[in-house]
Amino acid sequence: MSSERSRKAERIRHVMETEGDSVERNARGFNEGRYESVARLEDYDAYKDRARAIKEDAIERLPELIEQVREAVEANGGTVYVAEDAADANRYVRELARERDAETVVKSKSMTTEEIDLNEHLEDEDCEVWETDLGEFVLQVADEAPSHLVAPAIHQSREEIAALFNEYFEPEAELETAEELTAFAREYLGERIEDADIGVTGANFVTADTGTMALVTSEGNARKTVAVPDTHVAVAGVEKIVPTFEDLQPFVELIARSGTGQDITSYVSLFSPPVSTPPVDFDGDEPIADEPNDREFHLVLLDNGRMDMREDDQLRETLYCIRCSACANSCANFQSVGGHVFGGETYSGGIATGWEAGVHGQESADEFNDLCTGCSRCVNQCPVKIDIPWINTVVRDRRNRGAEDGQFDFLVEGLTPDEEPAGLDLQKRFFGNFSTLAKLGSATAPASNWIADTLPSRALMERLIGVDRRRDLPEFERETFVEWFRTRDVPRPVDADYHAVVYPDLYTNYIRTDRGKAAVRTLEALGVAVEVPDVASSGRAPLSQGMIATAEDHARDVAADLEPYLEAGYDVVAIEPSDLAMFRGEYERLLDAERYEALAERSYEVFEYVYGLLENGADPAPLGRADDAGSVGSDIAYHSHCQQRTLELETYTTNVLERLGYDVLTSDVECCGMAGSFGYKSEYYELSVDVGERLEEQFEASDAADRTVVASGTSCLEQLDGLLARRPRHPISLVAPDSSG
Amino acid sequence: METQLETFETNLGSVRTAVTRTSPAAFQETLADVIDESAIGAPLPFEDVTLEGTDVVLEPTPDQLREAACGVTAAALGVADYGTVVLESTPDGAELAGLFPDRHVIVVRERDLVDDMAAVFERLGERFRDGNGDAVLATGPSATADMGELVYGVHGPRETHAVVVEDAEE
Ligand code: SF4
Repeated sequence: MSSERSRKAERIRHVMETEGDSVERNARGFNEGRYESVARLEDYDAYKDRARAIKEDAIERLPELIEQVREAVEANGGTVYVAEDAADANRYVRELARERDAETVVKSKSMTTEEIDLNEHLEDEDCEVWETDLGEFVLQVADEAPSHLVAPAIHQSREEIAALFNEYFEPEAELETAEELTAFAREYLGERIEDADIGVTGANFVTADTGTMALVTSEGNARKTVAVPDTHVAVAGVEKIVPTFEDLQPFVELIARSGTGQDITSYVSLFSPPVSTPPVDFDGDEPIADEPNDREFHLVLLDNGRMDMREDDQLRETLYCIRCSACANSCANFQSVGGHVFGGETYSGGIATGWEAGVHGQESADEFNDLCTGCSRCVNQCPVKIDIPWINTVVRDRRNRGAEDGQFDFLVEGLTPDEEPAGLDLQKRFFGNFSTLAKLGSATAPASNWIADTLPSRALMERLIGVDRRRDLPEFERETFVEWFRTRDVPRPVDADYHAVVYPDLYTNYIRTDRGKAAVRTLEALGVAVEVPDVASSGRAPLSQGMIATAEDHARDVAADLEPYLEAGYDVVAIEPSDLAMFRGEYERLLDAERYEALAERSYEVFEYVYGLLENGADPAPLGRADDAGSVGSDIAYHSHCQQRTLELETYTTNVLERLGYDVLTSDVECCGMAGSFGYKSEYYELSVDVGERLEEQFEASDAADRTVVASGTSCLEQLDGLLARRPRHPISLVAPDSSG
Repeated sequence: METQLETFETNLGSVRTAVTRTSPAAFQETLADVIDESAIGAPLPFEDVTLEGTDVVLEPTPDQLREAACGVTAAALGVADYGTVVLESTPDGAELAGLFPDRHVIVVRERDLVDDMAAVFERLGERFRDGNGDAVLATGPSATADMGELVYGVHGPRETHAVVVEDAEE
């Protein structure tokens, strides 16, 4: 186990060193471009809704639409072949090549042909196959797999490409600049295109009513690939079909913005092949237009698991994906390692789990599925609103269930009152049952803290369950937040207008009790009648390990524990953003509709609640202010939690802090990198720190270096604590009236 | 308020496409100024302007296609909000003439301007449903960032230049 972990850590470290810089520079560039470009688009949200609706409808009616495509393409004079799997598709294209004695095949970028390894099959047929997309061309020469959906060679720097080309092609003059490399590739591939017998493309979309392929490109290679050879083969997954030509519009507005941050790519080609452009025979000398236009067109629609995904209630959403790469570009872990770590045989990034599980089988998602921390930053970036973390969780859960009996299960018995199968990875089981551990740790604190921190036990923990010893462990409080509240002797507000339960999440209850106390004092100072009952833990911990059944159990307990309070008119105030995200998000999938809605509608993030109280006229006078905060100072550097930002709650914290006189600077990096248990795991520790360093850099920059650092999420606080010399604080501690209560 | 034509021009500028306005009468003279030697092209499907009688070779051979410095073709539509032009394929090779040479000169009539993509898809939908349709929504020159930096002129033109033929005064 531990050697497997260290091998994985070693591989991640290696890729971070060799490819990390290029991936980070490019992915972040795309990402920043996207923020700007979508901001320019009026009705961005309306477009997303429309895009989603079109995809839902198309996948729902897919069998019917496939027939419609067939009719439309045949009416235009082309042929449609629905290939059941990779072998079937390859055989079809290979036979075409054989019939035509094809010597040279040119391709424009197509992930679908990567998925089925078409090139290898054509080469077995003695065809020379050339990738004409420059990124794909680089990979072909380097004999590497793509590391990104849109920019497949994103991990290669200009210097590396130059070295590669100079060695491989031995050009007369050494190639150096991007201009020179591009000119060389253009010329080289131009000759291949002139010679080509068959042109192969993918399709970003296929319209059922007109039989049109939409190809979204910038280089012009797809146009040449279609125009020059007289035979065009388009290979597209069946999910690429949309019902009508007009349905293309929202996607044309969204796809480039979502991917590379351009408003639109240089070319959006809309071909209803066979195209009317005359094919070019570069060996002839007659005017091109005089050549008889005897073009052939074949559309290969690939199933390869997609029709099964369509039947699968959890994986179906994957088919809505337009492969724009926004999810990958916005993913903090992806920014550090790219698709060679965060990807499977073909597809990369968060949504790749769904794709790989669907087309290559679940085990091909194993290698990288853990890299989704469930931070949810990608969800709002996806133009078709796919809940990508949920798909990752589902695949994780299914893999857990397929696990063999474990050797060490006895070790955590008693610690694992869960619903999961025997054989579930011990590390997952350990982190998934953190609530039991926290209870035990708190009951035996401070001894538990002291024991856990001794060297031999850290070594043991690292070896058996992969808790990295470089990470500080949370320290359990002897008196829990709930106990503190129960035994507290403070007069309650009478005739309060508001009643609220402060939710004692695991961390607030056992580890960071101070922030719970500060939240209670704050709400009481604003006239709220507060309760802190003993409520079950949210289930976030098991859910992040893919233990859905256990999480469901927790959800039901939480709902039952809170039900009497909700019925009595209490609101629920959560301090930990990832728990609030459970109540408002994942609980929809874990609870029946009624219980979910009752809780979701009435739960608030603590600053959201405070903001609401102030807006409704509560008097902020008793709260802590910037000018009386003593050592804190009035200048704050604030990192909001990922899920808090996804729920668009960040502004409440900054707004309240500013009202109280603080000057707030906010971080804009995607994530702190810790994301719950992820940063504790020895195989991911270095990746987690690498991601965290982007945040560290911002908070060490001159405009932030002297500011008090505050963060909302537990894992963000722990990560920042590890990275910065200053001790970060929870913002509620700055707002709470002083601690006499 | 900017006119639609002005919006189109501004957006062409931001996608690296130069613009020259002209009238039907002055068209050929304007064209002579913006094309490079040697130029190829495809007949313009317009009544009031033509490439007949200019230096543009209208029925190029493969060699001429390969060697041409400049291609002149018509745009069916211009999209003001994006600076995009809609290029249609024709049996006389308009697609090729606009794609192979380094410089692409696009002739677009003011009356063929539309505001946005919604209008484009509305207009093209009918056309595509009626039979074969091919159109390229082209925005600026061809480009790639795959070699480590943004470079123009990859497999397609390095430079794009729009000649906008203004509507005659009523
Ligand atoms: S899941 Fe969404 S964001 Fe990710 S590639 Fe697919 S469409 Fe784009």
